[in-house]
Formats: sequence, C-alpha cells, structure tokens
Amino acid sequence: MTGLLFLLPVALLLGGLGLAAFLWSLNSGQYDDMDGAAERILVDDD
Amino acid sequence: MNCCGPDADTALSLPSAVAKGPAREELALSSRALPGGLRQADLSVPGVHCGACMTNIEAALGHLDGVDHARVNLSTKRVSVRWREDAATPDIAEALGRLGYESHLFEQGADEKDETLAELIRGLGIAGFAAGNIMLLSVSVWSGATDATRDLFHWISALIALPALAYAGRIFFRSAWGALRNGRTNMDVPISIGILLAYSMSLYDTANSGPHAYFDASASLLFFLLIGRTLDHVMRERARVAVKGLARLAARGATVLNTDGSSAYLPVSDIRPGAHILLAAGERVPVDARVLKGRSELDCAIVSGESAPVVVEAGASLRAGTLNLTGPLTIEATAAAQDSFLAEMMRLMEAAESGRGGYRRIADRAAALYAPILHLTAFLTFLGWMVADGNWHQAITIAIAVLIITCPCALGLAVPIVQVAAARRLFENGIMVKDGSAMERLAEIDTVVFDKTGTLTLGRPRLVNANETAPDVLALAAAIGLHSRHPISRALAETRAVKPAKEWAFDAIDEIPGFGLEARIGTDTYRLGRAAWALDRANTAAGTVLSKNGARLGEFVFEDRLRAGAGAAIEALRGRGMAVEIVSGDRPDAVASVAAALGIDQTSSGALPSGKVERLETLKAEGRKVLMVGDGLNDAPALAAAHVSMAPASAADIGRSAADFVFLRESLSAIPLTLATSREASRLIRQNLVLAIVYNAVAVPIALLGYVTPLVAALAMSGSSVIVIANGLRLGTGKTKLSRPATEPGQPFPIKEAMAS
Repeated sequence: MTGLLFLLPVALLLGGLGLAAFLWSLNSGQYDDMDGAAERILVDDD
Repeated sequence: MNCCGPDADTALSLPSAVAKGPAREELALSSRALPGGLRQADLSVPGVHCGACMTNIEAALGHLDGVDHARVNLSTKRVSVRWREDAATPDIAEALGRLGYESHLFEQGADEKDETLAELIRGLGIAGFAAGNIMLLSVSVWSGATDATRDLFHWISALIALPALAYAGRIFFRSAWGALRNGRTNMDVPISIGILLAYSMSLYDTANSGPHAYFDASASLLFFLLIGRTLDHVMRERARVAVKGLARLAARGATVLNTDGSSAYLPVSDIRPGAHILLAAGERVPVDARVLKGRSELDCAIVSGESAPVVVEAGASLRAGTLNLTGPLTIEATAAAQDSFLAEMMRLMEAAESGRGGYRRIADRAAALYAPILHLTAFLTFLGWMVADGNWHQAITIAIAVLIITCPCALGLAVPIVQVAAARRLFENGIMVKDGSAMERLAEIDTVVFDKTGTLTLGRPRLVNANETAPDVLALAAAIGLHSRHPISRALAETRAVKPAKEWAFDAIDEIPGFGLEARIGTDTYRLGRAAWALDRANTAAGTVLSKNGARLGEFVFEDRLRAGAGAAIEALRGRGMAVEIVSGDRPDAVASVAAALGIDQTSSGALPSGKVERLETLKAEGRKVLMVGDGLNDAPALAAAHVSMAPASAADIGRSAADFVFLRESLSAIPLTLATSREASRLIRQNLVLAIVYNAVAVPIALLGYVTPLVAALAMSGSSVIVIANGLRLGTGKTKLSRPATEPGQPFPIKEAMAS
C-alpha cells in the first residue's frame, strides 16, 4: 500500500504535465493551421 | 491531386479573367502596425490548396522589397505578410496575381482569435484529463479496493473532478442558467442538474465512507458532451471563415479629390456628402452619388437585379454598390456611407429578421418534453421509496441515480453529431452551413423562391448566334472585345478561347463609354458596339454590331445565361414536391424568358426589396415554409425574412451574411443536394432521439429498482453515447456523394470577373 503514496502523485503529475503541454501548444498557436502543418512536413527547404 | 492548376488553366481558358487583387492603397489602409517598425496585412487567397502553392507564395512574397515575413495558412486560405514600415507598401496582390492567385482583403476583425473555440478546447483538455484520471481510480475501486483505500481514491477523484466541473462545466451551466432565467428549458438544464447532483451526492457519500461515487460519471459525461459541442462549433466556424474569405463586393475606399486639386484614398466611412470622387472603370460606387463628369455604363445586377448595363451621364444618380464598367467618372457623394443604399437594406434586413425569431431547435423542443418527464420520474421514485422503505438516504440516492442515468448525454450528442457530419458532407461539395438549425429548417420547406439575375442566371450575357456568324468575324470581335470590361465584350472575348484564330495587330483601341469599342488597323476603322453608332446611322434597331468603316460585318445576339444545373435543380425540387417561383427586380420580359426556359409559372417582376419581403410574408401567411435563394443587395432583406435562405458565393456581402447557406460552386445542383442532405440529417436526428428514448426505457427501470452502481452507470452512458455517435456518422460515409459539378479545373471557387472590386 505504501507504493500508492508514490504512485498516485506520480500518476497525477504525469497526467498534469500532459495537460499543461497541451494547453501550452494550444496557446502558442500550433493548432491554427492543421492542413498547412500536414503539408509543411513534406517541404524540404532548410 | 488537381494541384496548382490555377495559373496555367485559367490563364489559357479565360483571357479576360486576369487574377486580381486589392490595390496598394487598399492594402495599406487595411494593414496594422506591429512593434518593431513592421506592418502586417492579411489577405484571403482562395486558390491556395496544396503544399506547393504554399511554398511558391511564401518564396515569391518573401523576395519582394521590404517584405520581412510571409506565411500562408492553408486551413483558412490566407496569407499574412509583414513588411518594414519605412519601405513602400509592397505590391503583394500583383505578385500573387503573377503566380495566378486571386487575392482579396476580408472584413476587418474577421481574423480575431476565436475565443469560444479556445475556451471549448481548454475545457475539453481539462475534462479529458479529469475523466481519464478519475476513471483510472474508479477501475481500482470496481476491482475491489475497500475501506481506507477506496475512500482515499474517492477523495482524490473528488479533488480532480471539482476544478474540471468548475471550469469545463461552465459552458453548460451558463447556457442552462440563461434558459432558466428566461423561463425556458433547453438540453443544458437536465445536463447541468445531472452533473451537479452526481457530484454533490458522491461528495456526501465519500464523506460518509459510502461504497459508491459517481465522479467518473460526471467527468466523462462532461468530456463526451464537450466533444459534441466543440465539433459543432468548429463546423460553424469553418463555414464562417470560408464565407468571410470570399471577396468583398462593397468598396473599401475611394479616391477623393480635395479642393486644392490633390487626391487621397479615403476609407468609405470617411467620405462625406459633397466630396468629389474619381471612379475608375472597374471600381464599385462607394456611396450614393451623382455623376458630375464622364460617361460610362454601370452594372446594377447586384443592386437592383437588372441584367442589362445602364448608361449614365452627368447628372445621373448612382447607388452604392453598382459597378462602373467602361469609362472613368467624376462623381459627387450625395450621402454618407451609413445613409447609403446599403444601409437602407441593412435596416430592412433587421426588421425582417426580428420577424423570424420564433424557430426553436429540435434539441430544445426535445428537451422541453424530456426534462419535465425526467424530473417527475425522479421525484416519483423518491416518493415511492419513501413510502416503501422509509429510508431518507436510500430514497434520495436512488432518485439521484435515476437522474444521473437519464441525464441526456446521448440526447445532447444526438443532434450536433449528425449536423456536424452533414455539414462536413456539404462542405466537401462547396456548400457552407452557417448553423445547425438551418438544416433543420431546410428539411421543413415546401416552397422555393428564386431571384433571377445572378441566381438562376449568372448575370452575364452569352452569345447565342455564334453559329450564324462567320468565324473570322467572330474572332475579330472577340479580339476587340478583349479590351473592355463590358459584359458583352467579355462574352465575345470568351468565345476566343474555343477557336484560337489568327491574331490581329491593332494600332489603337479606344472605348467610347455608352457606345462601344473602336479599333484601328492601318486606315481601317472597326467598331464594335451599339448598332446606331457602329453603322453611323441614327435610325437602326438596337443590337450589337461589328462594322468596318461603317459597313456591317456581323451582328451579335446575347442572352443572359442560366447557371449550370438550373434546369435539373428545378426539376429535382419539383420532384420533391416543392412549389417553385421567381421574384425578380428585373423587367417582365427578361423574367418571362427565364421562367419559360425553366418551366416556372409563378413569377413576379420589377419587385423592390420591400416587395420581395412582402411576397414572402404572403407565402408565410398561407402557411408555407419558404426557401429563398438570392444574391443581390436587393435580396438581402428577403433572405433574412425567409424561413431559410441560400446565396451563391458571388452574392453581395450582406446577402451572403444574411443567408443560412452559401454555395461556392457555380451549379445550382447545390440546392437539391443541400435539401437531400438536410432531410437525411433530420431523419437521422429523429432516429437518434428514438435511440436515446429506447435507452432510457431500458435503463430507467434498473435505476428505479435501485440496481444502478457507478459501473453500470458508466457502461450504460458511454454505450448509449457511442451508439448515437455511430448512427450519426453514417451520414458522412453511407450515401454516395453527388458528383461534383464540372467547374474550371484547379479553381475551387468559381468567382471571376463579377468579383473584381
């Protein structure tokens, strides 16, 4: 049962990290042009 | 992929349709300053449709003088360009035009970030996070955690659920509260009650070490519902952006002459009555005005529905929105922008719209029936258990379990999921849906009213006697016609692509506004235009003639051409039992010929904007549900007044914003397609509602008898949601799509010279 004391916070923290990463990517405009992003990956300029 | 054709294809097939864009002055006017000495402007470029277009445009614009940064957004088909303030405004439109892309500015403020979407997606993220984590803990409880461990897991669940409900739930609580405050109910009321009750009862049980908690139910419910809500919003937003991206037809500004002789390009809102304005050929009249100097022809199709150009001379009064075709004019503004014709139409529209407000969406109607039954059942359950058992806590727990299990999660998804699938299918066929209720309303119609000019017809003349004319005469006329914007010249010029003939080397070509074109080769003078002028005889019948030194070479007869698929569309509508009629502002004979060609008996001609609304009111009073299809400024009030309305992409700005549907392709087959899709959607929505009711018929007795555990609730609710979603998505894949109408290859938006603003 003591394992829970680590596992629960760790699980929540990891989940929270995922959520934070999602919110960050959303706010920085990474979902503004989904079609464009799909095409840009094929462009080999730089 | 049909990629990157626009330059090659359109350049060959349509010599008259050179890709156009806003002038530098207009661009500068619409740009905004950024920190660091930069200016930014955003242009809509409907022709962008692949990665190669994107890199081409970015490379070409990046090489312009002064341009700091250019980026294409492929989803919204827009280009944003930043340039250094100290450099001259780069000619972005010209650079795009050289690549073969038409560009235009769109409504200011249209590029604002979509706050609602951001809120929905944040809510979705948080609800997803909460639902996932709580479900994880719940699975441990279901698989046998007891006592202190179970209580600990319940407490953690409660802790995670609280902020999720507070943040993500707001969207539903707000709408539910808004409805309740006005004494109505909508679907969000039972949803909010279900979620909140589930949470508070679980919290009470957790505090008392109870075995059951429904935190997982309330969080995953919220997550599912937010998915539906977000999809619904994305659909409407996409349509809104696509419609906003179409070219503006109203002028953005005009060149105003100052008293000292200098001139300045002013925004329309700054033009005062009495100002003198220079109006070049190809520009739209910015405000109501009077002609001071010059002679030209005006295309009034979009304003009054008249298909033939009108000759204007000094003294004539002009309505805002008409297009100057042939000669430059000096005009004097007689009204400010807010008092112009356009503004009058806006007022008529607002009046018409307020008459329509009564429609209630099917989901709300279902909720209005469902919610009272639901709450009554829960209340009776409570009474029943009180009588039978006498245990307070037991009775309340079971009553709340009834509320939770009947919480209309499936009902909340039943409607939007179908409408999203339907809107997607329409979008793929070039039809934009403004909001979901439009499809519900369209499924109910029994009458279709068409405008004529620009709707049933293209509002552009077509040569009808090409076979009776000698090919070289026609080719010569086409070569001359290439030099004018007049619709008749354009119709002639378009015949050129079909039969590429020899080239003529003209020494000079002049346009004489109101008469026609005069071309000289050596000592020969060719005239293309009004018969009386071309033949230099006063008493000749009207008509268009090509003459050489005053001698007739050929005569041309024109007719407005019907839109592609007009006949088939009318036939299809009749086949579905629709009454079809025409209400036009054009002359009776012009209306009659179109009506005869399409076999429509019921027509009205010479109708004023208010007359069109009156006709719709009459039909409404007869109990009919009318679909109005129109494009002009003069149709806008009627579009707003009708039960539901459609407009082509070539419609006037306010017509487009008044319409519920906007179709981007030329063909009228969009109308039967939209009708069929809407009816199918409405059938699936009904099926979904029935499914939701069947689910309740099964689940409620179980809940009534007190057998519902959180596990049963989670399974039942997700199961019903999945069934409803799967049924809704049948619309997207099931039926065969109507074949795409044959428009120009590589030109997804059939908008051409009519849009030149």
